[in-house]
Amino acid sequence: MYKEVILDHYKSPRNKRELPGAELSCTRNNPLCGDEIGVSARVEDGRIVDVAFQGAGCSISQSSASMMTEAVAGRTVDEAREMAAAFRGMMAGEVEPDEDRFGDLVALKGVVQYPIRIKCAVLAWDVLQEALEGVGEATGAQPHAVG
Amino acid sequence: MSVTEPRTFDVARVRADFPVLERVFNGKPLVYLDSAATSHKPVSVIEAEADFYRHHNANAHRGIYTLGEEATELFEGARATIAAFFGVSDPSRLVFTRGTTEAVNLVAYGWARKFLGPGDEILCTEMEHHSNIVPWQQAVGATGATLRYIGLTDDGMLDLSDLDSLLTERTKLLAVTGMSNALGTITPLRELIVAAHAVGALVLVDAAQMAPHLAADVDALDADFFAFSGHKMLGPTASGGLLAKREHLEVMDPMFGGGDMIREVFHDHATWNDVPYRFEAGTMQVAQQVGLAEAVRYLEALGMDAVRAHEQEITAYALERLQEAGATVYGPGDPAVRGGAVSFWYREVHPHDLATILNEQAVAIRAGHHCAQLVMRRFGTPATARASFYVYNSTDDVDALVTALSGAGDIFAF
Repeated sequence: MYKEVILDHYKSPRNKRELPGAELSCTRNNPLCGDEIGVSARVEDGRIVDVAFQGAGCSISQSSASMMTEAVAGRTVDEAREMAAAFRGMMAGEVEPDEDRFGDLVALKGVVQYPIRIKCAVLAWDVLQEALEGVGEATGAQPHAVG
Repeated sequence: MSVTEPRTFDVARVRADFPVLERVFNGKPLVYLDSAATSHKPVSVIEAEADFYRHHNANAHRGIYTLGEEATELFEGARATIAAFFGVSDPSRLVFTRGTTEAVNLVAYGWARKFLGPGDEILCTEMEHHSNIVPWQQAVGATGATLRYIGLTDDGMLDLSDLDSLLTERTKLLAVTGMSNALGTITPLRELIVAAHAVGALVLVDAAQMAPHLAADVDALDADFFAFSGHKMLGPTASGGLLAKREHLEVMDPMFGGGDMIREVFHDHATWNDVPYRFEAGTMQVAQQVGLAEAVRYLEALGMDAVRAHEQEITAYALERLQEAGATVYGPGDPAVRGGAVSFWYREVHPHDLATILNEQAVAIRAGHHCAQLVMRRFGTPATARASFYVYNSTDDVDALVTALSGAGDIFAF
């Protein structure tokens, strides 16, 4: 399970920094193991122009957060929500991992064999989702239904 | 004056009694280091439970037919055997429960909620398992009483330096563990019970970890309530009980109403059966408690002093090897005041990652907060890795653990 790319993101996390001026932020932890992820984002015209995370925890939770920031940076909020649903689908074994779409995140596919660790992988996406809640409604766009 | 050597036992012979230890994972034999979570069962316990179902199965206390009498005799015989193991000759002082958690809840519901009110205090400790904290939070919430805590020293002992201000005439109950599942610490129970009684407080002992690992005489301790879990002491899941002083059981309210805990039932009220039956509603875990009696016989054959000596030796060896390997170990440094549970961090490898990697080597440790979040917060960590030892572990298991740890170190190469 511990592919090189996961360890790389764990040891050298991308976008692990403060994001001053971020209107959107959310921090959650997984009390069962102490993983904590905080996600901050700046959105302009429905597009995520900057996203960062802070946190501490196991290699799966932290590397997933790092990969998540790379995957959603520059995407629209709707695209990010759709990616979150797709990632959850991959973790549930329902969606085929697609490197074009997921990039480094496909490395987390191995986590599916360890059901107890799935919530570690999904935490950052849950936090992102919560941070993005309500975005899109203010502009009058339909909120995207995500699983 | 003669010195008696504690009995010893042959670990290899003991291991042969536990079929689950034959399991192989990833081509490697299981190295099970999570007995603090649950213990394995020897063949004799498995057979005792199965034998009940095969030959004596009936509901206890109901059937007049011979099979029913046999079931009742086995069930009540188990009650006497288990009570005697803890030094109690009156079996009616043992309420069967499905474990420590249920036993604590019985006291919280039937005693604390009945008798406590505003101005009363329950004294707990920061070392406790959630099962010996949450029921008291619920009880004070319902009664208006106050919950206070004895803190911990940096080496994981109870901080008794200000006990006088915590244990006062307002204290009605001290709820304390005999052995910490997270830190391994053995608490000074006798001293605490004497101090509590001196101010008129009762004492509930959470013996979940203590009962499997240390000889316990409930009346020598003078404990008011003593809660234990069968599944941690070689017994089946859903076995265990509450040992209590008769006078407390006589005045407690039952928590569960239903069959067999009553004497007479009318439209608008019911009268209760005798102690302990009034606390045993419905069909009980008959086969499982019969299995637990067999577990008690197994432990008696080993000798609890031998069990303790064996565990102390392995724990001392584990502490030494872990520290050599660069692990940070929590809890007291002295194996004489430790049971077999060792919480640690290995370098900066997160406990979850460590447990996953060790699993590749068939080494089973526990990672998380161990239902002891107050302990975790006290020591500034959300989780630890925990290895715990019991009668079927040997120093070879410690060696396997340490070898697997260095493998984890290689992967994470901090």
